[in-house]
Amino acid sequence: MKILGLLSLLATHLSANSVNIEENAGQFFSSGHTNNWAVLVCTSRFWFNYRHVANTLSVYRSVKRLGIPDSHIVLMLADDMACNHRNPKPATVFSHKNMELNVYGDDVEVDYRGYEVTVENFLRVLTGRLPPSTPRSKRLLSDDRSNILIYLTGHGGNGFLKFQDSEEISNVELADAFQQMWQKRRYNELLFIIDTCQGASMYERFYSPNLMALASSQVGEDSLSHQPDLAIGVHLMDRYTFYLLEFLEDIHPASKSNMNDLFKVCPKSQCVSTPGHRTDLFLRDPGSALITDFFGSVRKVEITMETVNLTDPIEQVEQNFVNEDLQKESYSYVDQLPVSEIIHQKPKQKDWHPPDGFILGLWTLILLVFFKTYGMKHLKHIF
Amino acid sequence: MAAHRCSRSALLLVLCSLCLFSIAESQETTPAGDHRATGVDNPQSVTGSTEQMAEQPTVVEEEEEEEEDRRWEATRDEVETENTSAPDTSAPTFEVHSSVPKPKDDFQEELVIRPLHSGDIYASFQFRTLWETDFTTGNKVSHYRLFPKSLGQVISKFSVRELHISFTQGYWRTMQWGQPFLPSPPGAELWVWFQDSVTDVDETWKELTNVLSGIFCASLNFIDSTNTVQPSASFKPLGIGNVTDHRFLRYATLPREIVCTENLTPWKKLLPCGSKAGLAVLLKSEKLFHSSFHSQAVHIRPVCKDWQCKTKSWELRQTLNVVFDLHTPGQGKQEWSLFKMFSRTLTEACPLASSSKIYVDITDDPQGEQFEVSPATHLLSQAMVLGDRRTFSLYDLTQQITFGTVRSLNLHIRWKSSEGYIHYQPSKDRVRPHLLEMLVQLPPNSVTEVTVQFERALLKWTEYTPDPNHGFYVGSSVISSLVPSIVAMDTNSTREQPLFSSL
Repeated sequence: MKILGLLSLLATHLSANSVNIEENAGQFFSSGHTNNWAVLVCTSRFWFNYRHVANTLSVYRSVKRLGIPDSHIVLMLADDMACNHRNPKPATVFSHKNMELNVYGDDVEVDYRGYEVTVENFLRVLTGRLPPSTPRSKRLLSDDRSNILIYLTGHGGNGFLKFQDSEEISNVELADAFQQMWQKRRYNELLFIIDTCQGASMYERFYSPNLMALASSQVGEDSLSHQPDLAIGVHLMDRYTFYLLEFLEDIHPASKSNMNDLFKVCPKSQCVSTPGHRTDLFLRDPGSALITDFFGSVRKVEITMETVNLTDPIEQVEQNFVNEDLQKESYSYVDQLPVSEIIHQKPKQKDWHPPDGFILGLWTLILLVFFKTYGMKHLKHIF
Repeated sequence: MAAHRCSRSALLLVLCSLCLFSIAESQETTPAGDHRATGVDNPQSVTGSTEQMAEQPTVVEEEEEEEEDRRWEATRDEVETENTSAPDTSAPTFEVHSSVPKPKDDFQEELVIRPLHSGDIYASFQFRTLWETDFTTGNKVSHYRLFPKSLGQVISKFSVRELHISFTQGYWRTMQWGQPFLPSPPGAELWVWFQDSVTDVDETWKELTNVLSGIFCASLNFIDSTNTVQPSASFKPLGIGNVTDHRFLRYATLPREIVCTENLTPWKKLLPCGSKAGLAVLLKSEKLFHSSFHSQAVHIRPVCKDWQCKTKSWELRQTLNVVFDLHTPGQGKQEWSLFKMFSRTLTEACPLASSSKIYVDITDDPQGEQFEVSPATHLLSQAMVLGDRRTFSLYDLTQQITFGTVRSLNLHIRWKSSEGYIHYQPSKDRVRPHLLEMLVQLPPNSVTEVTVQFERALLKWTEYTPDPNHGFYVGSSVISSLVPSIVAMDTNSTREQPLFSSL
């Protein structure tokens, strides 16, 4: 009797759990997106802008840790700091002084690097208008159910962001690019974070729906860097991203923190500048948008109790090599430096040039005819 | 719906009880399930047995060792059966195969360590995959095992006959280091032979470079007509083939291309074991890029399957050459070890590799006078390298005894201090000069050169002499040598002799 009672308790407990599973599964898909993408861009070149690369890599690290795979991250770094000859510790990029945290890691995949980080490439990645031979890792293959995180850092001003000290992108161009993305149904919701001086000017002109933006400083303010490391000799991070990284380190894939917590990151006391945000274009309430909606990744999970029958292994048809062996000629390696063959090669057809001195002779003839016809008195104008 | 839920919970109950019973049973039984590990000639069974071991965490230690021994035996059995069946495949019989056909691909890994005269150490990794398949005929290859799929698709899509790509950082100093195994220029270098069937080579070349830039995370998409050439006499194909029409050859180089972890990561992912087992475990970027020279390359070419050369196999060779230069000032003694070079030691060979070996070049020191390699090994091997016959100490990672009792291999190479003495006192600006004293044993009939590098510091404007155009004078070096001589310090100075005879 006791056993029966225990069994019935167990049964009710399990049935209660299964109800919970269904509820959780329902919540899973309420935010409306089915996949996550991230576009992380560092726009600065030169060793003293080490901190911008460290900014981008720390966001990359957090995003990867929370579940977005490399195939869904487009990472653009305008210069190489890790293997730079001035780096006293090669293959590392640190975010905390005393070399506590190597954000470069051992498993990084940079999609656009060096000279490839240009305004044109950035806009092409966003709008999807890339040449057909572009590999998949360099494309933003998002659809209308994608939540995209876009992070920009570098040197900026009122209404523009500088790319590699040679060109700029303006806030109008950026807003238009987002509108193109909206019209082509390339995102479900988009979170835009920018850490530059006067960063808030970059999101002033947005007009497409479902955009949320954060910036590290208001118009007229500079974003400041955090701490230098004396061994490396440069500032390692910018303040806003440093505190953003600290905030994200506490987030795990099942975390329920929402966007309102993100807006509180780096108040003026820590950042010296005033971080700003813009949510008027965002259709949902920011309090209902989870951090993991943008920084983490949705994994499509189907719970099933059915069994699947595996078919028998496919028998590979063994080709009949025997007859072919006897008929084929044997292969051989090519002579690596056949000197006689090279010397007696037929020279390639060069473009035809007139024989030497031909042009000079032609001009002399023309001059002679001219002076013969018009007389010698014109000669004095020349000599 | 309720009935559905009830049946589900009932199923869960039954499953729980089954689990409980099975755990209770496993604690009593011997590892009878591991008999499956022996007697199967499929290398995938090795991973199967390790999975089994993971599921039974309560196995006693003795039983664990037995299972491991059986696992090693299984690989040896597998090797033997492969060897015996090799000569039979050419005969036209219906051989009684097991249900699994003999694999046509083969993976070998090796590491060559060569101590260099200048005290640096040169490590060269080579990973080779051989696959007897045909990318060029109509039927698409879809079943990839050891050969990486990304490269296989590149070969078939772009009709590639040969592909050689290398990424290098640093210069190879031939005067100090000798000849490398495979020379490569700094930056990125790519040369490709296309098949005769390609109609528009330039277009295919452009697409190929774009695809490779995605695979290797490098800016190879900057390769265009401005930095591509079509060599007419050199760069003959290294693989088999009869026709060499140079219209199908393209060569490009990007000297400014940086090599960093983002290039190493996809390179490591092409290996069958990745960087999880075997020699690739040593490839840690923090140590590899802290070196004088680093070069990683991928070479794909068709080769003869055997000496008869009737069928061709595709060979994928991944090489990584690195030269470390840790200088230890003071005594002439220097010590190298795998841990010091790579910050890792080896614990096992790649299970998918048919051979996994380490060679240490002892040609310059056959008697073990200059340096000593430990743990000692009795296996020696000789090979012709670049026209030179060289001797190597061999460590076979597929043999369990290589790892010894500690289950890990950390090679040490100790340079023996040959009764030398070095005293070096570096200078301090404006305080004291350099002092270098060396006791050196000069070999007979030879020329010995001693060079010292120094930096010139900037002078303060008050320190300039009135005639700075002279520059600075450097004192002469002094050599004290022991020369056999009869003249010595004669204590008996009363004899009448000229003064110079007592010098």
